[in-house]
Amino acid sequence: MTMNPTNASLSGSMQSPRSQSSQPFLSVSVTDPVKLGNGVQAYISYRVITQTNFPDYQGPEKIVIRRYSDFVWLHDRLFEKYKGIFIPPLPEKSAVEKFRFSAEFIEMRRQALDIFINRIASHHELQQSEDLRTFLQADEEAMERFRAQESGIFKKKPSDLMQIFKDVQSKVSDVVLGKEKPVEESTPEYEKMKHYIFELENHLAEAQKHAYRLVKRHRELGQSLSDFGKAVKLLGDCEGNALGKAFSELGAKSETLSIKLQKEQAYQILMNFEEPLKDYVRAVQSIKATIAERANAFRRQCELAETMKLKEINLDKLTLTRSDKVAEAQHEYNELKVESEQAAQTFETIVRLMNEEMVRFQEQKTKDMGIAFHEFAKGQARLANGIADAWRSLIPKLESCSSS
Amino acid sequence: MMDSEDQGVEEAHLYASKEEMENLVLDDPLSSKSYSNYRSAVSTLSDNQHPLSPSIAVTPADSDPLLAPPHYGEFGNPSAPDNSYIDPPSYGDAIFSPFNENNGNDVNVVDSPSQSSGSSPSFSRSSSGSEYLKITVSNPVKEQETSNSFVPGSNTYVTYLITTRTNIPDFGASEFSVRRRFRDIVTLSDRLAESYRGFFIPPRPDKSIVESQVMQKQEFVEQRRVALEKYLRRLAAHPVIMKSDEFKAFLQVQGKLPLPTTTDVTSRVLDGAAKLPKQLLGDSVIAPNEVVQPAKGGRDFMRLLKEFKQSMVNDWGSSKPPVAEEDKEFLEKKEKLQELELQIANASRQAESLVKSQQDMGETMGELGLAFIKLTKFENEEAVLNSQRVRATDMKSLATGAVKASRFHRELNAQTVKHLDTLHEYLGLMLAVHGAFSDRSSALLTVQTLISELSSLQSRAEKLEAASSKIFGGDKSRISKLEELKETIRITEDAQHVATREYERIKENNRTELERLDRERQADFLNMLKGFVVNQVGYAEKIADVWTKVAEDTSRYVNDDST
Repeated sequence: MTMNPTNASLSGSMQSPRSQSSQPFLSVSVTDPVKLGNGVQAYISYRVITQTNFPDYQGPEKIVIRRYSDFVWLHDRLFEKYKGIFIPPLPEKSAVEKFRFSAEFIEMRRQALDIFINRIASHHELQQSEDLRTFLQADEEAMERFRAQESGIFKKKPSDLMQIFKDVQSKVSDVVLGKEKPVEESTPEYEKMKHYIFELENHLAEAQKHAYRLVKRHRELGQSLSDFGKAVKLLGDCEGNALGKAFSELGAKSETLSIKLQKEQAYQILMNFEEPLKDYVRAVQSIKATIAERANAFRRQCELAETMKLKEINLDKLTLTRSDKVAEAQHEYNELKVESEQAAQTFETIVRLMNEEMVRFQEQKTKDMGIAFHEFAKGQARLANGIADAWRSLIPKLESCSSS
Repeated sequence: MMDSEDQGVEEAHLYASKEEMENLVLDDPLSSKSYSNYRSAVSTLSDNQHPLSPSIAVTPADSDPLLAPPHYGEFGNPSAPDNSYIDPPSYGDAIFSPFNENNGNDVNVVDSPSQSSGSSPSFSRSSSGSEYLKITVSNPVKEQETSNSFVPGSNTYVTYLITTRTNIPDFGASEFSVRRRFRDIVTLSDRLAESYRGFFIPPRPDKSIVESQVMQKQEFVEQRRVALEKYLRRLAAHPVIMKSDEFKAFLQVQGKLPLPTTTDVTSRVLDGAAKLPKQLLGDSVIAPNEVVQPAKGGRDFMRLLKEFKQSMVNDWGSSKPPVAEEDKEFLEKKEKLQELELQIANASRQAESLVKSQQDMGETMGELGLAFIKLTKFENEEAVLNSQRVRATDMKSLATGAVKASRFHRELNAQTVKHLDTLHEYLGLMLAVHGAFSDRSSALLTVQTLISELSSLQSRAEKLEAASSKIFGGDKSRISKLEELKETIRITEDAQHVATREYERIKENNRTELERLDRERQADFLNMLKGFVVNQVGYAEKIADVWTKVAEDTSRYVNDDST
């Protein structure tokens, strides 16, 4: 089970099984990616290990095999059921074919899925979810059945979601520009929050872009050092004598550092800095989805309220004319009233949850970023010191060359 | 890719707050020019240092670097953004103080900034410790040809001010200036090539075949100025040439350059044409005074032909040439040098790509920093919760670190360019070596030709003698012919002696120059390595410090202390 520090603090899960065994805990890890299947059908499966003392769970430990689409299932179910809560984001769905099975990509995805599931497991509402239990406990065949069932009924197509985003976005800008539309909620605080979220995504995306470039730069510098080292060594062979040896050693050092840069540091930045930033962007996008849901709920509430008014007027009219349709109309009206109240309730819940979630989100992100910055800075310092040490070790040799 | 990165930096300038921008000053010439071209990286260095020189109060040699760290791009020093290009070498020196004793041999110490045009490892090393010859090229001025041109403004050219500072008594003065134009450089170079055969004479800057409009553009003129200065400094670094009459005349004599131009020398084409009929009749003679120079076109038509014939005999003939390059040591050396040249060229190429990578690293790091500065500003402005403010502070810490590190990366690179430039310099020197070796082989060819000539003349004379001795009383016409022939033989013998002496002289020049090359190359390369390494160490440490601080600032997020 790989619980690196990044993981632990990110999820904030109560996960030390040995201490406080009376306290409820739910700890999950996603491990051991294995490629299954052939050709186009090939996919990666993961071992999902759950350790818990939750009453409904098969404890203390249960292991299941899951694949990416199972995680997607879980995400979509939670999104449907827990409107108002910022569902933890999933790593991207598709990747360029040839990259899909590279070790790097697989590890990045594994890490992201591990973080995903742990965030759910440590969210006080989401962790109660039945779907989560199914995901963590059901055997593989059952899981497949569940997955197949849901695709068609509840699953929102990505294009639908996109359309909603676009609507929300345009509406936000409309409001920001002062073009008020009656069917949108527009309290100043909420407007501010929406504006913040949309702007934040842009800023983060840019930071992430540069972080990714930085990874590339490390690789490129590594390559240059390697080539330079080789060339210097060849030059040393030409010179012979002490100077030649100095060249050779310098060349060798250059090649060593190249490995440090290319393999180690670039990878570290990718995993512990760039990926958290990407994760941050995804989280913001998840919030946007929730914003869209809230808009839907608001609209529904308004529509129902409108419809209710009309029905009320109609009902009164019918009552006055002593029509025999009164009973029916009354019945309809009552049903509508219930629906309307439900819609209002739904909407209010979303509002309340969102406010709570925002607080959680901001705190979580501050922590996540703090860790990411720390790891990045530590890595850079380590690298720089390594570079300094490596080059410094050559100085005595060079010194002795000049005196001879 | 370069465009979008530049754009990113520009955009960032729009967003970042004014106060932050003053402190950042990332829009320096080095980043916006084509950094992928190593050469232009070097030349833009020199671009930077001219406008900056007045603001640098302290030369590296004088300042105590430990007191002067504020120069290194710390915030709050907006007035001297590019100071950093001058200072850091001495920082590295002082901390590691390994090799700064060498009198000006130290490639890290840039000559007094007001003079420096950012060129190369100081090749003003002197062979005898205290000699000093420092040349500066400056102040390009457009001048008009006062000739009989009907089209006004068509004959403009540029002159440069050549200032020399020296303590060498031969010059008779310690500081003086002249104005010279590019044509004068060509003349100097040609005359030196003639007088100093066998020496490794640094190659002069190329003549450029461009339109006159381009000739006058500032960038072109500046490039040329830099090239001229480098060339003259290399000449000044050559222990023999620096004291040559030609060089002295060039540096000192006011007004018109008192050296014969190449057109003067080859205008003996007319002489050559007059000689031609006589040459074609087969009675040509290679005069002793001419053999000290290789055969040139025009006047030396016959000689060229003969030497060509000889070279054919050398290559394809069945017998060994009369005198051959037998110096095994020389041949071995030559081969080694060829290999060396190959490797230097290769290393030079890889150095270019290393420099580019370092440059890119610095730039991207800077862009990352700017992106986070924008985020910081954004979070601060929009903050509703305290967690946002805390995050903004953390982001600022990271951003500051990234920007500082970016600056260090780019300073590191500027210095790396200077050090690794040694490789480039030696490539240029290899050209000089080729020149010297070809002086040798052409001199050898002349000797071989004369020896062949001599032997054929002598056999003709023998034949003539034998024939005329058969006739009783002598054959008046044959006897006079024999006299002429004997005269020709004498002259040719003289020529052969002169040519042989010349060949030996050139061989000796080759030998001493090779020794000097080895010695100086060892020293220069060693300095280059040291400079490179010390530079890397110095900056890596500074960068490590920057990031250590950021790690400390954010250490509360992580409980463990795993390294």
